[in-house]
Amino acid sequence: MPAFILSRLLQAIPVLLVVALISFAMFAYVGDPVAIMLGQDFTEAQRQALVASLGLDQPFFVQFFKFVVNAAQGEFGLSYRLSRPVAELIAERAPATLELAFVAAAIAMLVGVPMGVYTGLYRNSWLSRFFLTFSLIGVSLPTFLIGILLILVFSVLLGWLPSYGRGEVVQLGWWSTGLLTADGWRALILPAITLGLFQLTLIMRLVRAEMLEVLRTDYIKFARARGLPDRSVHFGHALKNTLVPVITIAGLQLGSIIAFAIVTETVFQWPGMGLLFIQSVGSADIPVMAAYLMLTALIFVVINLVVDILYYIVDPRLRAGRGGH
Amino acid sequence: MANALSRALDSDLWYSFSRSPVTVVSAVVALVCIMGAVLAPWIAPHNPFDLASLNLMDAFNPPAWTEEGNASFLLGTDDQGRDVLSAIMYGARVSLIVGLSAVVFSTVVGVGLGLLAGYLGGTVDAVLMRVADIQLTFPSILVALLIDGIVRAALPPEAHEAIALYVVVFAIGVSNWPQFARTVRGSTLVERNKEYVLAARVIGLSKLRIMLTHVLPNVLGPVLVIATLNLGFAILAEATLSFLGVGVPPTQPSLGTLIRIGNDFLFSGEWWITLFPGIALVALVLSVNLLGDWLRDALNPRLR
Repeated sequence: MPAFILSRLLQAIPVLLVVALISFAMFAYVGDPVAIMLGQDFTEAQRQALVASLGLDQPFFVQFFKFVVNAAQGEFGLSYRLSRPVAELIAERAPATLELAFVAAAIAMLVGVPMGVYTGLYRNSWLSRFFLTFSLIGVSLPTFLIGILLILVFSVLLGWLPSYGRGEVVQLGWWSTGLLTADGWRALILPAITLGLFQLTLIMRLVRAEMLEVLRTDYIKFARARGLPDRSVHFGHALKNTLVPVITIAGLQLGSIIAFAIVTETVFQWPGMGLLFIQSVGSADIPVMAAYLMLTALIFVVINLVVDILYYIVDPRLRAGRGGH
Repeated sequence: MANALSRALDSDLWYSFSRSPVTVVSAVVALVCIMGAVLAPWIAPHNPFDLASLNLMDAFNPPAWTEEGNASFLLGTDDQGRDVLSAIMYGARVSLIVGLSAVVFSTVVGVGLGLLAGYLGGTVDAVLMRVADIQLTFPSILVALLIDGIVRAALPPEAHEAIALYVVVFAIGVSNWPQFARTVRGSTLVERNKEYVLAARVIGLSKLRIMLTHVLPNVLGPVLVIATLNLGFAILAEATLSFLGVGVPPTQPSLGTLIRIGNDFLFSGEWWITLFPGIALVALVLSVNLLGDWLRDALNPRLR
């Protein structure tokens, strides 16, 4: 088991280094920081002194190494657009994105799994057909259109829910949370549904397909023959065995939740990292882009690692297949 | 000619097509969308880019069937007095051009690299597939967004404006090549050990020649299906990028751009400016996706 985790970790390092190289190349070859810092009047000696003090005269790999060391400490310099430390900007925006992503994932799981179980058990009922049609719409509608439609119905026409921002937030140290106020929850509902809908339909279809598969197996027939109540057969035997692929997919989908948070945050003007990133792309703010790139790469690598480990824990066959410990 | 037609009508593909009402409906919807886009300069009721014909007095006309509607603007007008229906037709043109070019781009790159990896094997294979693995770790929309952002940062704004359309095609195309490469690599691995390839090697043909004239035709079947399914994705990716304001330039609005522009007027009650381009986008993507699904099932002998 430790050897397995170690090999996964060793595979993750090149990925992070490649992403770091891309980020560093953006710094090194896009735009000229010296020209920006010097302004109009300068002598050649001043320019050389600045180049030396910034370490720009050093070999490529020395500069790259320094960049990686700084990045590992969360040091990405100043945002070109906002003239503030990038680490500070991201720390300020991260709680908004993480809360949104967490609630969206929770909605997707808590609604998607029961809907999948229902449609798997009663595949011909009218409610199942409705759920399936609904899921087709969820898959085909782009995220931003879902958001716009929800705003149109619930904010503009009905006026029930706010259409932008986080509402009232409470500061817990450096973490600002909208989960402690009713206003914060009201502001969270529409963005979280928008972000979670695609994952919800995906999980529902997956659970349904797995349930249909499992319900045909012999051990389910045997459990029924033993006279176990439906409840125990459906949830204790069937659902439990569908959860392995569901955990995997749901885990991997966390990554796309973070990616699509960019879109959702733009629609709802949600003050998270995605909105910060898209504003940086629009104004070529390289330090912020580089930091966001590194941070998402890190999150993705960690998610993949956790999913791999979970898989290993949940599925005994994988352990036996590797020749024991 | 008549012979070819009767043969086409007699084929398995046509049979499974005509037996599936959903597929027939999607084909009709896709055809209407594509014809409307292709023929826009001739059949659109107005030219939304002809500044001389725009009249600010026509701005914010609601759709024709509502009380204040104007019969000459069927789906209403936007803030500049542009006809929404015509803007949609011209916008669908941009969406389709970008989507198709991106799919062609990722097909060419993916099939080429997949062939190389599968046929040459060894280090080439290991490196290419590792890169594909790394890229597949990230959602493709994020990859496209990053490529677009890097190019935007690297070029001065004027230079970027001129090539923005190509940048979007490149970004979406690159974000999607691994799927093609993996499939083609898989089938190439199977084909390279078959006797006709061995025969070609025995008579001394070059590796390149064998790959292009012998292996390539035999691995293209699944590529067609992936390409169709990818067209829907590429159109959506373009719309998403344009909605985020980093896609096609505002001088050539696509459906995504129209939705973004219309989004600003949602709160003042002008819902038609954003809703109709949205419906057009969904109709186009949904019908293309359903056609792709059908094609996948129809060409898969195991499902017959």
